[in-house]
Amino acid sequence: MSLLEVADLRVAFPGRGFRAAPVEVLHGVSLDVAEGETLGLVGESGSGKTTIGRAVLGLVAPASGSIRFDGRETTGLTRRARRGLAKDVQVVFQDPYTSLNPSLAVGDILSEPLIVQGAKTTEARSRVRSLLDQVGLPAGAAERLPREFSGGQRQRIAIARALATDPRLIVCDEPVSALDLSTQALVLDLLVDIQERTGVAYLFVSHDLAVIRRISHRVTVLYRGDLVETGPAAEVTSSPRHAYTRRLLLASPVADPEEQARRREARRRLTESSLEERVI
Amino acid sequence: MSTSDTAAPEARVPAWRRLAKDPQAVAAFAVLFVIFTLGLLAPLVTGHGPNESDLSAVNAPVGSPGHPLGADESGRDILARLLHSARTAAVSALIGTGVALAIGVTAGLVGGYFGRRVRFATEWLFNLVMTFPGVLLLIVLMPLTGGDYRATMLIFGVLLAPGLYRIVRNLVLGVKHELYVDAARVAGLGDARILRRHVLSVVRGPVIIAAAFMLGSSIAVQSGLAFLGVGSLEIPSFGAMISSGFRNLYIAPAQFLWPSLALGLTTASFVLLGNALRDALEGTGPKPLKIGSGQRVAVAPEDGDGEGALLEVRGLAIAYPAPNGSLKTVVEDVSLTVEKGQVLGLVGESGSGKTQTAFATLGVLPAEAVVTGGSIRFEGRELVGLDDHALSRLRGKEIAYIPQEPMSNLDPSYRVGAQLVEGVRAALPVSAREARQRVLALLERVGIADPKRCFDSYPHQISGGMAQRVLIAGAVASRPKLLIADEPTTALDVTVQAEILDLLRDLQSELGMAVLLVTHNFGVVADLCDRIAVMREGAIVESGDVRDVFREPRHPYTRMLLDSILDGSAVREDRPAAERSLT
Repeated sequence: MSLLEVADLRVAFPGRGFRAAPVEVLHGVSLDVAEGETLGLVGESGSGKTTIGRAVLGLVAPASGSIRFDGRETTGLTRRARRGLAKDVQVVFQDPYTSLNPSLAVGDILSEPLIVQGAKTTEARSRVRSLLDQVGLPAGAAERLPREFSGGQRQRIAIARALATDPRLIVCDEPVSALDLSTQALVLDLLVDIQERTGVAYLFVSHDLAVIRRISHRVTVLYRGDLVETGPAAEVTSSPRHAYTRRLLLASPVADPEEQARRREARRRLTESSLEERVI
Repeated sequence: MSTSDTAAPEARVPAWRRLAKDPQAVAAFAVLFVIFTLGLLAPLVTGHGPNESDLSAVNAPVGSPGHPLGADESGRDILARLLHSARTAAVSALIGTGVALAIGVTAGLVGGYFGRRVRFATEWLFNLVMTFPGVLLLIVLMPLTGGDYRATMLIFGVLLAPGLYRIVRNLVLGVKHELYVDAARVAGLGDARILRRHVLSVVRGPVIIAAAFMLGSSIAVQSGLAFLGVGSLEIPSFGAMISSGFRNLYIAPAQFLWPSLALGLTTASFVLLGNALRDALEGTGPKPLKIGSGQRVAVAPEDGDGEGALLEVRGLAIAYPAPNGSLKTVVEDVSLTVEKGQVLGLVGESGSGKTQTAFATLGVLPAEAVVTGGSIRFEGRELVGLDDHALSRLRGKEIAYIPQEPMSNLDPSYRVGAQLVEGVRAALPVSAREARQRVLALLERVGIADPKRCFDSYPHQISGGMAQRVLIAGAVASRPKLLIADEPTTALDVTVQAEILDLLRDLQSELGMAVLLVTHNFGVVADLCDRIAVMREGAIVESGDVRDVFREPRHPYTRMLLDSILDGSAVREDRPAAERSLT
């Protein structure tokens, strides 16, 4: 049995304007994440990848379909029932600048999930120290405010917060997209390292195939609210079956002028050949 | 105030300490403290009661024995009445503001945080309250309040509440969608706790400021009503005293002076305190500099020999004023050359100064920036030190620009076509009709399927990729010799990015224009550029032919950057824990 099972998930947002019909942004998506596994969700803007993550976190209510965590249905839970789940399902958001409350000290931010779970202040404090250590920040960081840290360090703080309750699944919503290249690699390494140590599973949302490839065991490709294909990372990101995935793959430029020129040609051929029979 | 602050206050100076340094706040607070303390100690300061009349002292002048400030038309001691009026004022202010705070803040938190339905209900209610004519209502309700000013202030508090409600609701709506509130929800915090911990802290500052002003206006309204003679005549108040002084203006003008002075000082102090609070809690922001006078230049470049490359930047240095008055250098000794028809990629991480360099070339650095040295020559002509007028003749015509965020560079209230026509007419001497024809042709050239429809669209009706095409069309309209593109594809999806890069490449070779491409993405550089310059901390560490640099980076920093690219080779190979434990 998988840790997370999403079946035929549909999500609709209220339409704009008075009495407007709701707009469906996910048209029945099914996926699963095993214990300790990383499932990469890749797609472009409007593909619904972030919405899947938010539905799993209970931040948006699905129109239909089911989301099961550890065999338990999580849709339609009350806030109180959801709190039990909070220990096991955590999140790291894209923007490390707005995902940390600017007026709280880092220590308070990190102890928040612990105190919700009923930890005592002294327990929380020592746990905060070990969390900071786990993500490679000095213990003194607890006393400081988020604005005193760089983007990469803030993302480490956000990761530490997600780890606070020893979750079994972390939804990572574009966690490295706002970071510089050199920082990106370090944060991804940290995430992999944490996974090896704790056996946490990731639902990893990103628009960047290279990032997805680096962190995922399996990859799911989304396009405009539909699932395009799912498969082992190496397969999907190097020899995709679906034309859209192939287009996506060829579209991201590589840092090698000759190779990039070849890719460009391949992409041009692909676009020309698919002009007649518009796929998806 | 002293302008030369020693060592800039780093990060955390508590608001109250900033307040304590503000002479305006200190003075206002001192005045209020003196007035209200004396009011509180009234029975100790004076032996008279506020309504105790002494017929022998009717209209006694200032300095009469036993009546230091004199006595009024009924022989009541003015000092005693003043001090008791201060008490009335304090009670009015506290009741009015307290009620407004209790109702306004609570309703604002509830209305802003919870769903649409709750918001509509509170909105409707407070809009209704706002339509009541305030002071008139207070007078009309007198029979109900029985003339008791405290009941009146209670109602006034309700009337003040919508103002606070609106402030709080707007702030809450803003903060509600912050990711840290989402994170708190994921952590399992209840609504009450989220409101207390994450929302209230944002609301606190503006509410304190508004409350300071409301304290003042509560006193003013109470006095106003008393001046009109509405309510109990037994209650000493500034308004009632002014009213009585008014009647005796010709007999004893000083009677009018004292309460007016006290009321004026009190309300003015509250306003000043409110202003000081605003400065301390929200910051005054930097003083705006006059724009349009061209780039600030510290050292004028020397005249060099005329002809050279299309763009030649030599030893460019840019600095910004630091809070302590000195200049902080962000770009130092940057030199780069762009030949005619050549594409140069300027690469670096955030804060490397790449955008500053590009902006300096365009002459659009922020007003506080100072070019502290170096020269920028375009076709042999020095750009550093040119005024805006001369620069604007180059910009948009010879040198064009495409920004990172296409949407924020289009005015949302004008149609796309009109904005492009305006740009074309500013750069070229053509009629409106001809400009329109050109724009339509350009839109078609940049790959927009239905140029006419796009021409008549508002920016919000087109996608981000299309907006970037529109801006590219605008940029190349005048066939510029140099195009400066600042992260032109960073905000776009990869498939759209590929199309925009194709378009840029085609246009570049078609028009033979040079491009200065600012980016953090080595893939984009590999795709488009002939040459590359790598920046780090405001300096160029390496530059050269794209193929050479990619093949054999000489500088360790370039090597590090290239190594951290997650390209095809980096695929995760270990298997998930669950599978491993099975085997």
